[in-house]
Amino acid sequence: MFDFLDSGQYDLLGAFWVTVQLTLYSAVGSLVWGTVLAGMRVSPVPLMRAFGTAYVNLVRNTPLTLLIIGSSLGLSQTLGFNMGGSTFKETGFRLAVLALSAYTGTFVCEALRSGINTVPVGQAEAARALGLSFFQVLTLIVLPQAFRAVIAPLANVLIALTKNTTVAAAIGVAEAALLMKEMVENEADALFAVFGIFALGFCLLTLPTGLLLGWVAKRVAVKR
Amino acid sequence: MKVLKAGAAVATAVVLALTATACGSGSKDSASDAGASGGTKSDKIAIGIKFDQPGLGLKTPDGKFEGFDVDVATYVAKELGYQPDQIEWKQAISAERENLISNGDVKFIAATYSINDKRKARVDFAGPYFLAHQDLLVRADDNSITKVEDLNKKKLCSVTGSTSAQNVKKDLAPEADLLQQGGYSECLTALENKGVDALTTDDSILAGYAAQEKNKGKFKLVGLKMSNENYGIGLKKGDKELQTKINAALKKMVADGSWEAAVKKNLGPANYKNEPAPQITEGS
Repeated sequence: MFDFLDSGQYDLLGAFWVTVQLTLYSAVGSLVWGTVLAGMRVSPVPLMRAFGTAYVNLVRNTPLTLLIIGSSLGLSQTLGFNMGGSTFKETGFRLAVLALSAYTGTFVCEALRSGINTVPVGQAEAARALGLSFFQVLTLIVLPQAFRAVIAPLANVLIALTKNTTVAAAIGVAEAALLMKEMVENEADALFAVFGIFALGFCLLTLPTGLLLGWVAKRVAVKR
Repeated sequence: MKVLKAGAAVATAVVLALTATACGSGSKDSASDAGASGGTKSDKIAIGIKFDQPGLGLKTPDGKFEGFDVDVATYVAKELGYQPDQIEWKQAISAERENLISNGDVKFIAATYSINDKRKARVDFAGPYFLAHQDLLVRADDNSITKVEDLNKKKLCSVTGSTSAQNVKKDLAPEADLLQQGGYSECLTALENKGVDALTTDDSILAGYAAQEKNKGKFKLVGLKMSNENYGIGLKKGDKELQTKINAALKKMVADGSWEAAVKKNLGPANYKNEPAPQITEGS
């Protein structure tokens, strides 16, 4: 039933490695971008708050497939913006990271904002009373406490991100879902075996993520 | 790969257990169903086609179905004793074709379905009724590609995971810069914007796109015969009776000229030079 794994025709580990790389780069990108967005949404400047709110509501309500295909057809094919990639392989990967970060950043932002709400107002007031600027209050006092409160929700976002990388197959990034399409095309007689392998692969990626970050969340939670 | 395989086996067992309860009827039950009701008695026949391939199988915005596969299927259904209004068209996307047949959701499938051994393990074929080749579609004013080797310096587009895309990556032109998109329409957009130099898949599919009203004159086929794709009609494994009937219908369609007329009508506008009707090889 699993004979096709031995044929050497399919690079299963390679494909999942691309999935892992997509996840890691996008996780870093969306963490940075999400933090910036959260900062904007709680900032005292009305224009920044308006931009943050508009961006989050626009992007998180747009289907990811649309964002990724849009980045490929719109940015790359039509406008010629290739993210410095010279082949479709490079360009596709970078565009996918861009779109995944832009999308996942909104969820990171909202998780973080709920974390900011768990920090007692007195903390920020005390910091302001010491003469710290808004930026200092946010980065030195509020965000460190907020992050420790939202590890568990961020783990959910990371798991969702891992699975969302499969959408990158739509623009030809050679990750797990693309290999699955190839296998389904070729191995008509072992359809369920193919599905089983990929279901297992994603469980192997996401289950440890959830367990590890669940443990971290318990360790670092601020006891109030 | 040992560990992977053991793990995969466990996961598959779970998937199978879940689907077994969901699908109910095993292949034996449905096989006897089909035998009992076969022929002209029931008043509807379900046929699988593609809904998104212009020239071959296309659902038009007003809900009609047109294309070469549709014409062939309609003719075969007529020979089996069904009028066109008794046909219920079902969408058969590539990954689901074998399941639609073995679950008995459709009587047969005519959807650019290339006959190969892997597929024959799950379903039987009648035909072939058409011989297509993997080919290239380029912009009408582009003459830079004349042979397969030229592809190595070109940007190429195909559909994710398709056989054509795999052929390019493994054998034909491993150095070509291959863009894989979700559908041929996305590839056409890229081709028109000069994002890619060529679009590759079966020449019949390419001709269907080039023949569309909005694309007339923009693209042309290069005419490299890079593979042989024998399109067959997929049907339930072991249904010899239906296979013989469909083969007879296909022979009749070629003999009375409807086959040639259907090819000309659906693929002709793109100056497509089709192969003559292939010899029936399945089930004989």
